[in-house]
Amino acid sequence: MSLLTLSNIETYYGPIMAIHGVSLSVEEGQIAILLGANGAGKTTVLKTISGAMDPQKGKVLFEGQEIQGKDPDEVARMGVAHVPEGREVFPFLTVKENLLMGAFSRRDGEVASDIDMVLDYFPVLKEKAAQQAAFLSGGQQQMLAIGRALMLRPRLMLLDEPSLGLSPRLVSEIAEIIKRLNEEQSVTMLLVEQNARMALDIGDYGFVLEVGRIVMEDTCDRLKDAEDIQEFYLGMKDEGVRGRRRWKQRKTWR
Amino acid sequence: MEVLQLLVSGVSQGCVYGLIALGFVLIYKATEMVNFAQGEIMMLGAFVAFTFANLLGWPFWMAVIMTLLVMAAFGALTERLILRPMIGEPPFSVLMLTIGMGYVLRAGAGAIWGNEPRTLTTPYSGGIVDLGGVIIGYENIVIIVGTAVLCLVLFLFFRYSRVGIAMQATSQNQLAAYYMGIPVKRIYSLVWALSAGIAATAGILVAPVALVDPLMGFIGIKAFAAAIVGGFGSLPGAILGGIIIGVVEQFAALYLPPGFSETSAYVILLVMLLVRPEGLFATMLQKKV
Repeated sequence: MSLLTLSNIETYYGPIMAIHGVSLSVEEGQIAILLGANGAGKTTVLKTISGAMDPQKGKVLFEGQEIQGKDPDEVARMGVAHVPEGREVFPFLTVKENLLMGAFSRRDGEVASDIDMVLDYFPVLKEKAAQQAAFLSGGQQQMLAIGRALMLRPRLMLLDEPSLGLSPRLVSEIAEIIKRLNEEQSVTMLLVEQNARMALDIGDYGFVLEVGRIVMEDTCDRLKDAEDIQEFYLGMKDEGVRGRRRWKQRKTWR
Repeated sequence: MEVLQLLVSGVSQGCVYGLIALGFVLIYKATEMVNFAQGEIMMLGAFVAFTFANLLGWPFWMAVIMTLLVMAAFGALTERLILRPMIGEPPFSVLMLTIGMGYVLRAGAGAIWGNEPRTLTTPYSGGIVDLGGVIIGYENIVIIVGTAVLCLVLFLFFRYSRVGIAMQATSQNQLAAYYMGIPVKRIYSLVWALSAGIAATAGILVAPVALVDPLMGFIGIKAFAAAIVGGFGSLPGAILGGIIIGVVEQFAALYLPPGFSETSAYVILLVMLLVRPEGLFATMLQKKV
């Protein structure tokens, strides 16, 4: 049985239908990726899973239980950690307090050792543990957001554009961390990305979302070879004879 | 001497404004709505304490503890039953609702306890301390010390307790708090319980110096001014704003023509909005839309 299954989800923003019947399933242990252009509905899919938005129709099954319509805190306590787009750390809390908040619902005594574990994954945060999160750089805030979600001890992590606004070097660092967490902490990932190359590199299975519908799904290896993906998401289309000629004809920069 | 005397009574009156302002700020920060019934909740707290201490004749300390518990429960229930169904409604409706709640509480208190002023008797009523010419009533000392202790407790609570930090987290980023599994709605109830408890404390502290009657909640308007002066959103600011208004009122009463004392709170508010609209302690980051 899949860890997460969406069946025929329809989600609205007021009268506007953002998701037109999406079905997908994520297997335990996978890194699943969701590709799509701006406004395709990727974030909405994640919000529908984590309960920040309720679907009008359809079912969300997590570990075989229906979770659609539940409040996001309840879904989080079941083991789904949502790392939202744009980091969304608690700006006036310290790094350590941010991490503590990730463990808010936990009652076991291992919170302190988990904080050390998270700080080992993100050594940059270790020296800033007593600083307010507002003073971290964008990359550090992204790491804090992922670390904070890790404190929930989630079965499934929903990552919304973790590469947003980061330098190429930080992007590969984050990608590395996501892969390590998936392997070492056995957290299943559902990754939403604009950076298709990074996502296809670390992902196992991918879905392509266009205007609220899944138009393609396959293993990432096969997606990488698909012509449409190469053209629209990786920008690898050969500039044919026509394209090059047109470039040569140009006389000015504008 | 005279100046010191005025200062002390101003500070003690200001502490009461500050405590009510604290309730405004707490609820505003956590839930982004303003509870205009805060003054009436203080009034209710004073009446409940009056009932326990005077009508039922309980020992004072027990009456105080019971009042705080009853009022905290009242705050939590108000949130759960009246305000939570309003989540997602326009802010203006919520504002009207709390103003309406104020009317209901005022009328209700009049119906239950009558409209004539009552006095809450305390073990410390009537005593004075003479500090080289400055005469301070025990009541005023209790107000100042009580406020200081309460502020210390609140500081420790928000700084070190898990729930206190979670309240801060919720007020800083509601959605992220949800994603972290913090039961945001239960936090709302707790915030309401806390601010009703603080208002009740203010009611108990002020009752021995002011009379207990259904209209005493109107000082909530001055407390609202205090909260804005302090920078609506800052807890120390609320207390400081209250103290400033309390002190200026006392001086205006003595040195300015009659009537200025009553309006001085709003004059300070206007001046503050002109000179430094973000208040004394502005929160550092702009709220993201």
